[in-house]
Amino acid sequence: MKKSVADIKNMSVLPLTRSDRVRVTVGMATCGLASGAAPVMEALTAAVAELGLDNVDLKRVGCIGCCQHEPIVEVTYPGQRKVTYIKVTPEKAREIAEVHLTTGRALGKYTFSALAGETGEDAPVTYAEQTPFFAGQERVVMSNCGVIDPEDIDEYIRRGGYQALGRALTEMAPDEIIEEVTASGLRGRGGAGFPTGKKWLFASGNRGKVKKYVVCNADEGDPGAFMDRSVLEGDPHAVLEAMAIAGKAIGSDEGYIYVRAEYPLAVERLETAIAQAEEYGLLGDNIFGSDFSFKIHLRLGAGAFVCGEETALLMSIEGKRGEPMPRPPYPAVKGLFGKPTIINNVETFANVTRIIARGAEWFASMGTENSRGTKVFALGGKITNTGLVEVPMGTTLRQVIEDIGGGCPNGKRFKAAQTGGPSGGCIPASLMDTPIDYDNLGAIGSMMGSGGLIVMDEDNCMVDIAAFFLGFTVDESCGKCTPCRIGTKRMLELLNKIREGRAEQGDIEKLEDLALYIKDNSLCGLGQTAPNPVLSTLRHFRDEYTAHAEQKRCPAHVCRGLACYVIDPEKCIGCKLCQRACPSGAITGELKTAHRIDPEKCIKCGACMSACRLNAISVE
Amino acid sequence: MNKVTVKINGVSVTVPVGTTILDAAYKAGFEIPTLCYMRGVSEIGSCRVCVVELVGSRTPVASCVYRCDRDGMEIYTNTPKIIEYRRKTLELMVSNHKKECLSCVRSGDCELMRLCHHYDVQENNRYEGEMTPSEPDTSPPHMIKDTGKCILCRRCVAICAAGQGINAIGPNNRGFKTEIGSPFKMHLDRTACVSCGQCIAVCPTGALKEKSSTDEVMAAIDDPTKTVIIQTAPAVRAAIGECFKMPAGTNTQGKLVASLRRLGFDYVFDTNFGADLTVMEEATELMERVKNGGPLPLMTSCSPAWVKYCETYFPEFIPNLSTCKSPQQMFGAIAKTWWAKKMGIDPKNLVVVSAMPCTAKKFELTRDGEAAAGVPDVDYAITTRGIATMISMAGIRFSELPDEEYDDPLGFSSGAGAIFGSSGGVAEASLRTAYEMLTGRESPTPNFIEMRGVGGTKRAQYDIDGMQLRVAVTSGLANARRLLEAVRDGKENYHMIEVMACPGGCVNGGGQPQVMHGARHYTEVRSKRASVLYNIDENKSVRTAHENDAVQQLYDEFLGSPGSELCHELLHTHFVDRSDLYK
Repeated sequence: MKKSVADIKNMSVLPLTRSDRVRVTVGMATCGLASGAAPVMEALTAAVAELGLDNVDLKRVGCIGCCQHEPIVEVTYPGQRKVTYIKVTPEKAREIAEVHLTTGRALGKYTFSALAGETGEDAPVTYAEQTPFFAGQERVVMSNCGVIDPEDIDEYIRRGGYQALGRALTEMAPDEIIEEVTASGLRGRGGAGFPTGKKWLFASGNRGKVKKYVVCNADEGDPGAFMDRSVLEGDPHAVLEAMAIAGKAIGSDEGYIYVRAEYPLAVERLETAIAQAEEYGLLGDNIFGSDFSFKIHLRLGAGAFVCGEETALLMSIEGKRGEPMPRPPYPAVKGLFGKPTIINNVETFANVTRIIARGAEWFASMGTENSRGTKVFALGGKITNTGLVEVPMGTTLRQVIEDIGGGCPNGKRFKAAQTGGPSGGCIPASLMDTPIDYDNLGAIGSMMGSGGLIVMDEDNCMVDIAAFFLGFTVDESCGKCTPCRIGTKRMLELLNKIREGRAEQGDIEKLEDLALYIKDNSLCGLGQTAPNPVLSTLRHFRDEYTAHAEQKRCPAHVCRGLACYVIDPEKCIGCKLCQRACPSGAITGELKTAHRIDPEKCIKCGACMSACRLNAISVE
Repeated sequence: MNKVTVKINGVSVTVPVGTTILDAAYKAGFEIPTLCYMRGVSEIGSCRVCVVELVGSRTPVASCVYRCDRDGMEIYTNTPKIIEYRRKTLELMVSNHKKECLSCVRSGDCELMRLCHHYDVQENNRYEGEMTPSEPDTSPPHMIKDTGKCILCRRCVAICAAGQGINAIGPNNRGFKTEIGSPFKMHLDRTACVSCGQCIAVCPTGALKEKSSTDEVMAAIDDPTKTVIIQTAPAVRAAIGECFKMPAGTNTQGKLVASLRRLGFDYVFDTNFGADLTVMEEATELMERVKNGGPLPLMTSCSPAWVKYCETYFPEFIPNLSTCKSPQQMFGAIAKTWWAKKMGIDPKNLVVVSAMPCTAKKFELTRDGEAAAGVPDVDYAITTRGIATMISMAGIRFSELPDEEYDDPLGFSSGAGAIFGSSGGVAEASLRTAYEMLTGRESPTPNFIEMRGVGGTKRAQYDIDGMQLRVAVTSGLANARRLLEAVRDGKENYHMIEVMACPGGCVNGGGQPQVMHGARHYTEVRSKRASVLYNIDENKSVRTAHENDAVQQLYDEFLGSPGSELCHELLHTHFVDRSDLYK
């Protein structure tokens, strides 16, 4: 059934769940499913049926962000606050149904209270918004994630969905759409932060006269980043709606979403969403009865990181080997199949929908001077609360890591945070009070990137971290241009030399020199940013490099090549456990006398250390 | 056309909008090195040796693809920083290059070596590290591919794809492990590669080279029981001088003959004789097909890479291929039958060598049906480059030699045979003879200039006593594909189509001297070489194949008339469907 603008408006005033019913949602994005949300859903379904709870609407939703507490079940009684249950098992689910859904009494022990050790029957309910994790967040992009059923277009519409498209098609001229996006100050969320309105303006000439394309970059590939996946799994229509708006703005009738094949659930939900939108006439021919038509295709990427680079992505959509092309010409002039094309990432599009719906002024009221709105970060690494957080631009790193993220676990000292994935850089503890925005991150040698934020503590070796990220780009380099193909490989070889204690005089300078060369000479953004992890750690943690290179010492005891395993003769009782565990016969000593390790034979596997019951073995 | 004025190293230069910085700089008097760039064929900006500083740009830009699009662009091509960048790029390339420079086939004319010399890059430099394994593929009949020497400029990939439309090779793997090879790393002989050798001709290093038979030829010359004769294809004389520092477009026919004689060949003959013979047979075939209603269009079969291409990609056109052997093979067939008998030489002891601008000739002489006397018509095909190597090895001062004449009778040829080496030459030569066969009169002019020129596809219609003869000429297999598709789809139709696999014809064959950096971008070497052949033709007293006395003598004494049964036995061949190679 095709819907009119009026239909959409009428639907939007309806609540998600009727006012006489109880809404129960289960987080079933990839993170939830991986933690066991499916059996929880089954248990709830069975319990609801068994208990005859015919006033319960049980819904699957996306991810609310605190992935480590999945599976998450939320219960909303009409007119009451939403109760969030964490780490729900099928047994707990059954109990929730039997108690909360039957009697209305919430089970505080399964809410966030459990994290504070309150697990008794009388534990109070701790609501999500009371936790520091949620309290510091501002949800724009993720406003529907974990709230609506991503496979039910009606729920999206009831939350105001497709009104922005209605507005764009019936109330706004194409130039006005671009002006609105420009006025909002939105910058691309995919990495480089190019102003979205400007990008659209470049591609807006000759509307109706030339074929154009709108492309959504959903080839999220940074290690540890999953913002886009979460949006696609939790709120796919927000992206579809924005792409159609973009189509109207630049004069395009066709869009492609390039999404990684490793996101099967996102692909499935996008397919469902496209089909539902087409059924309602929100995609396809003559949307809302206007002369504007727009269709969207999905293209699955085979997992090459470089295909996140826009020109490589276009090559891949065209069926060619995914490799970047020199720019200019920019895609806005000559893009997909040689036609003017705009490419924005998932999060950018998800913002566009809200900007058109709520106005540029509202959006621009968030964030900093040159970085408006919010940013979603995927918190990972040595941090207490892993998951997705969305904060206004300008929030400091300290707020994100200490307040929202809960700091490093086990009382360890925070050392650095890596933003921008393998293209970004490490930010040291001394710069934790930097407000996060595009310009500030760039100035301290990192970049916003797509939003991966990996936290490192005192146990991490920064040379090792640099090698990890560089190893990633070496593997993911397309191999087209010389600096990236051979240069990054040579950098990695130098780093390994330093990590393994083989460094020679001048190797650090050689590494830095090569890094600066690669930054300047590579063909595409991937190559130009590949040295960033090395350059930023050299800038902020140079002493660690010198320790490795000159003193042949890894201060964090991470680099195996520099580790020296020793047995404390005071503690060793000569039990022979370590000797038996050693695969290389490096440990000698008589029974009941202190053993010793021959450093020449030791392969630094750590087996002895694990075998020792007296903590007599340590790494120096 | 809109023009912009830009400043290169402080020198103002006005160029049309869209001119690359590379070209603008050249105009301003500065040469910028390139490796991956080939105008119109490969414009991928990947090697990074051509980077320059553009004021206002965050990073240096690749001058081969960055275009001048606004007034006042300020560009610096040779600052210390840029030179250091280029040096690093070269050092990185060299750090992953199998350095057999002393013995490498490209030693001396290697583009990487030359740049390293200019930029003072040492063989063993600071970036030594892991290297791409060298796993030479020796499977095809004509070439060896060694990934260890490859610098991944991808010119070979571009010419195979854009020029030839074959895509037999492309990048496999990614990152440091990237290497050029066929899909699924099949050996080249299992692919649709047609042995055209264009990839070798454009390779800047020794990563791609032809298989050499020079040692075998030298051994045969040294063997007193063997009579060793050589034939030289038309295009060889138009290009071999370039190997001896003579300018492109120098006619070196006399010096070539003299040098081959000094190499010890017992007789030095001319493939142009074979070409004249081919004209006789092919013109006859054309007349017969026109008379008998087909199959038309008659498609030439002189270019063995084209023949294999047709067999592979367009097997439906196999009946259209002229059954004539190529001039090389016709020459060999006649040498080992008529001439050997005349001379009292046992064909088994006669070694026929051919000097060819072509690598596919190495494949052609192994084909079935190419052994008129029961032994192969031709024993060894050596490329122009290979001949130059032999001459150098023997210490022959090529450019100082006196001009000498070919031996008789197989060295006698008309102007028609000479122009076989340029795209359109076969068609023009055949038209000259066909005109007379059809009308009984000489053509008012021997020139059919519509057939000339080194680029693309040429089409013409000739009124011959009321009969409208439609002829098309194409070169470069990508062009051939477009033409054949049009013919197959009924959009165009012809009586005769000449196809040469290499863009521009044999003058630009895969066995010709490699054209170095500057000349490649700024001179039309193909036209210069072709002009040598057209000049030879103009200056000949005999310009049609049927007036070649030696050819006439051959028919009178031995073959009978053109198209006779004996001709078919000795001078014609057959073809096979190879479409399974790419299906």
